Amino acid sequence: MITSPHQPDDLTVGTEAAPPPAPRDPKKIKWLRRKRALAGFWLVYRQSKMGMVGLILLVTFIFLALAAPLLVSRTDLGVSDPPGAPFLRPSGEFPLGTDDFGRSVLDLVIYGSRISLIVGFAATVMTMTVGAAVGIIGGYYGGKTDTLMNALTNWFLVIPWIPLAIVLASILGRSLFNTILVIGLTSWAGTARLVRADTLSVKERPYVERARALGASNWHLVSRHILPNVMPVIFANTVLTVALSILAETTLSLLGLGDPSSISWGGVIFDAFDAGALSAGLWWWLIPPGICICLVTLAFTMCGYALDEVLNPKIRER
Amino acid sequence: MSVLSVGDLHVTYRTKGGDVPAVRGVSFDIDKGHVLGLAGESGCGKSTIAGAILRLHSPKTKIEGNVIIDGQDVLSLKPGRLRAVRWTGASIIFQGALHALNPVRRVGDQIVEAITVHKLAGEREARVRTAELLEEVGLPARRIDDYPHELSGGQKQRVMIAMALACNPSLVIADEPTTALDVMVQAQVLQLLKSLQRELGLAMLFITHDLSVLVEVADRIAIMYAGQIIEEGPAEHVFHDPAHPYTKALAGAFPAIGDARFRGKPAGLGGDPPDPQHVPSGCPFHPRCPEAIAVCPTLDVELWTAGEDRRAACVHVSGAPVLSESRE
Repeated sequence: MITSPHQPDDLTVGTEAAPPPAPRDPKKIKWLRRKRALAGFWLVYRQSKMGMVGLILLVTFIFLALAAPLLVSRTDLGVSDPPGAPFLRPSGEFPLGTDDFGRSVLDLVIYGSRISLIVGFAATVMTMTVGAAVGIIGGYYGGKTDTLMNALTNWFLVIPWIPLAIVLASILGRSLFNTILVIGLTSWAGTARLVRADTLSVKERPYVERARALGASNWHLVSRHILPNVMPVIFANTVLTVALSILAETTLSLLGLGDPSSISWGGVIFDAFDAGALSAGLWWWLIPPGICICLVTLAFTMCGYALDEVLNPKIRER
Repeated sequence: MSVLSVGDLHVTYRTKGGDVPAVRGVSFDIDKGHVLGLAGESGCGKSTIAGAILRLHSPKTKIEGNVIIDGQDVLSLKPGRLRAVRWTGASIIFQGALHALNPVRRVGDQIVEAITVHKLAGEREARVRTAELLEEVGLPARRIDDYPHELSGGQKQRVMIAMALACNPSLVIADEPTTALDVMVQAQVLQLLKSLQRELGLAMLFITHDLSVLVEVADRIAIMYAGQIIEEGPAEHVFHDPAHPYTKALAGAFPAIGDARFRGKPAGLGGDPPDPQHVPSGCPFHPRCPEAIAVCPTLDVELWTAGEDRRAACVHVSGAPVLSESRE
């Protein structure tokens, strides 16, 4: 059987091999790797038109949100000393007209982007953390733990979220943090489902058994082997969840359950609705925040699709 | 003292369809610097033994007997101690290296992992050691930053070998290390394993279904059938002069090229391996045995002496007590 010990190897053997690279600082190596990986990622992402449009939209809105305090003076948003008369049509001074107090709708919309984005991101972080934790714990440990986690997930999955959110919001009170909490609490179940399913498949792979034979602890197995393999699912889900969270925030605000002291797009629509903007034909008050919500949601969704394409080479067009 | 001592090992899988006794009373020892080859058909319990030695089976699986690695009884260790023994006491080269590597992590990191999990070295030192290990198994050290998909099958198996050596274990379990590799690469990997084993004085348990491989690598061979060892002895003797009819069939299944006796007559063994849930009574091999006699279905066989330094579980061997009676 073993008759050809001098046969060249199926690979580069010592002879032509470069001298072993002096192992550098592992941290530096990791940083270099990340930089390279990011550059490669960008190269692929750039090719997606949809992704680029989404990204440009998103960057614009994020820039707007960050720069809001510079563009709009906080005093102009007060109801006591508004800059204009109520219900002014769009004009040179107020490009989007004014609301019932005489505040510039443009200012409101610019400022509102802050809350909408903050809530969107914060609620998503919560959704992902809770969803991933519940999904991985259930899927990895199995047995009774899984039954329990599954029951919990199913429970949150079948509960109609708006009534629950209304109840939670009215119990916890109307504040920004509570809005985030309510959205986070009511939307993690879907993520947990996806993550659990993926964990179940990953944990049976031979390399997980190998790592266990290696003497790895449960924590090590989960954090080093399962999580990295489940990450694409979580990641692809994240971007879409941001869009949903922003919509959820709008919904809650529209129902009058948002933070009354902060300005958000949903809140502006709520105020307009409340003041009868619809029947009075005050379109400039109602439509701009609506369009902004659409655009941001669309931007996230477009980025999500583009990311999916980058992360999942199978659906990438050649 | 032997590095690995397995005594009366029973492994029973619990399934919905009832208990499946996959290993039924297996004992063997491996000394430092020695290689024991374990051979047998698919499903005879070879890999189950490998899993039982490091207690990798699910907690539901029943394991009885004792497995002693370096003086520690693996089967009674607490989880923390067990984790410490895994890989430092005994490591495994898994079958199918293609799947035993995590596809999203670099191969170097996965070897480093083995070292840092046991806190044998810091990450920087572990990387240096990993580079050395890769060189040792014939891979250039720059491969340390490759992903598994950038390596060929043979290269991946080399990575697995490097990984198995990472914590300087006293025992290496090679579980069909050459399956899924083409013959040329297979020969190279075997060559590498053998030379590393000699160089480092490792004890090795080499599991395969390919007897001809064992003759090259192993000092002693144990043949398994239906969860039991049915023949055991020095590698050369067992292969060239098998005592048990099953071993004869296994050895006969590899035609000697150029030997006229094999021409046009591939020797095989009829029938299927027994269902572990319904092992035949007496000698489990009797339904397929060409040399079965009247007592076989009822005789409880055990390993009897079959010549110098050899044992086999068959009525026909010299040490079998029943043989004298049946001749009368």
